[in-house]
Amino acid sequence: MPLTKQEWLQLEKKAHELRRLTLDTTYWAGSAHIGGGLSVLDIMTVLYHKYMNIKVEDPKWEDRDRFILSKGHAGVSYAATLCDYGFNDVELLKTFNLSGSKMGMHLDSNKVVGVDASTGSLGHGMSIAVGTALAARLQGKDYKTFVVLGDGECDEGSNWEAAMSAVHYKITNMISFVDRNKCMIDGRTEDVMNLEPFCAKWEAFGFIVKEIDGNNIKELCEAIDFAYENKTDKPVMIVANTLKGCGIDFIEDDYLWHYGAFDDDKYERGKKALDESYQKRIARVEKEAE
Amino acid sequence: MAGGMTYTAVDSTSLSTAEIYGKALVELGRAHPEVVALTADLAKSTKIGEFQKEFPDRFFNVGIAEQNLFGVSAGMARAGLVPFLSCFSQFASLRAADQLSTDLCYQNVNAKVIATHSGTSFGQAGSTHHAITDLAVTRSMPNLTVICPADGVETYNAVMAAYETPGPFYIRINRGFDRVLYKDSDYGFQIGKAVTVNEGTDLTIIACGSCVFQAVQAADFLEKSDGLKIRVLDMHTIKPIDREAIVKAVMDTRRIITVEDHNVLGGLGSAVAEVVVESGKGCAFKKLGIPDKFAPIGLHEDIMAELGIDANGIIAAVREVMKADFELDDDWDDEV
Repeated sequence: MPLTKQEWLQLEKKAHELRRLTLDTTYWAGSAHIGGGLSVLDIMTVLYHKYMNIKVEDPKWEDRDRFILSKGHAGVSYAATLCDYGFNDVELLKTFNLSGSKMGMHLDSNKVVGVDASTGSLGHGMSIAVGTALAARLQGKDYKTFVVLGDGECDEGSNWEAAMSAVHYKITNMISFVDRNKCMIDGRTEDVMNLEPFCAKWEAFGFIVKEIDGNNIKELCEAIDFAYENKTDKPVMIVANTLKGCGIDFIEDDYLWHYGAFDDDKYERGKKALDESYQKRIARVEKEAE
Repeated sequence: MAGGMTYTAVDSTSLSTAEIYGKALVELGRAHPEVVALTADLAKSTKIGEFQKEFPDRFFNVGIAEQNLFGVSAGMARAGLVPFLSCFSQFASLRAADQLSTDLCYQNVNAKVIATHSGTSFGQAGSTHHAITDLAVTRSMPNLTVICPADGVETYNAVMAAYETPGPFYIRINRGFDRVLYKDSDYGFQIGKAVTVNEGTDLTIIACGSCVFQAVQAADFLEKSDGLKIRVLDMHTIKPIDREAIVKAVMDTRRIITVEDHNVLGGLGSAVAEVVVESGKGCAFKKLGIPDKFAPIGLHEDIMAELGIDANGIIAAVREVMKADFELDDDWDDEV
């Protein structure tokens, strides 16, 4: 599914809208995991608006593609994505993180429509994804399972148990991503617990690894197309190098913005920054699109 | 309950409890194509090899990786399969506790954990392989039904009932052979309903797992030697616990002893005590189990004897509790 310029522009527009909605939600909630929410957002935008076979009118359609946000703390942008898509009322975002809301910072699959797995405790998502992928194979269904891990999350040993099983069972109906924003709560990933050589680790486990700019819609689409066309029996891991807080320049690439609050001033500056970032991204499309 | 074969005492003397589970799983597998079996390098130990032989495509051995075992099972359950996953109780309840809680219980998926080698039944392996905290851990996980069958026949019933009941289950069974309590599987097993295996009015022993057989032996002996009528309840379901049977025991016998192959903190005894205290009715009460220490190494029966959770230990405890003072009048209102 090669990306046309028109599609690229539409996806940029959608990513911008979802970034705005993520910022709005953070502002309404007072605070949220906005850093990692924005770094992963282009991945979710591309999946939900170009690739995933889902039905908004039938959220539990058994043949739907599955999406598992293993880095469940990015719930703020996941919530924005699901509400914008129509699975839940956008008004629900105004209750995000608030007492009594069915939408907490880590989304509950039994409360929020469209969520395929309740995550939050890290290192769980890929195992669940392997399970749904194996189930699809056993049931003769051709849906795909997409799973997104955080890079800091990869410190958890359970991910590597899951990785080993994905390769052992030749799980090619699962497409995996790591949102490699290089930040975690206490610092840079390489300072807290060195992950490198990161791609080589996944390759050593038996994955085909595509390393890309995960905030570049075109590169994301090319990597996902590559995964769709994979004819080997190895699973594909897309290591998406991203910027924490992508789109809001004054929080970008700053691990201190793992979780943060937006007051009125920051909110206004954030909106302006997102608009400027969007214009730059549009200019890039104009320049790079064939 | 699934209309399967009837298991008898003959089966459970010739088959270990886990082997009966293995056969029950094959029976479920034949009837229900959505049933799958998973383990973590313990297919032989947990006796699910028969399922593997008959349904190789529906059997998954994830290697020595309990966390992945639980996560994969949760994913399968969310996709419509009914996974039965088996590993040792200690690892099911502790190594994979986060996955059990988050992936199975929080998501409320239809997955059944058959946790083997429970309590001190793998006695010679030592404390790394004893599960003395699993009831405490699992019964505090919302949505989870927790069952500790008394023998092989009851294990069969529990496994069949678990299939019939949506939601996550934790069924803890022993390594090796259990003493036979039930002659056949047709005794009306119901989740959440204790079985009165011996009727009595002097004292009630509430037991689970392998301790139920020991309690019945103690009750038989005490009737002959001391003339005591001891009620024995097989409290196979630890959660949801049979509150009605417990309160009735308080009212009818005013003396309760709980017996379990588990730490006395947090397991069956604690569950029963909670009900007794909340009932507002007083009674003499004693918990038998592992007294908040790591259990010794040895044969299961030797460990049970040392811990006082075999028939001899129960007899001694009954005699002690029979001496306990409590209010003798029949007026319960003044105690509320």
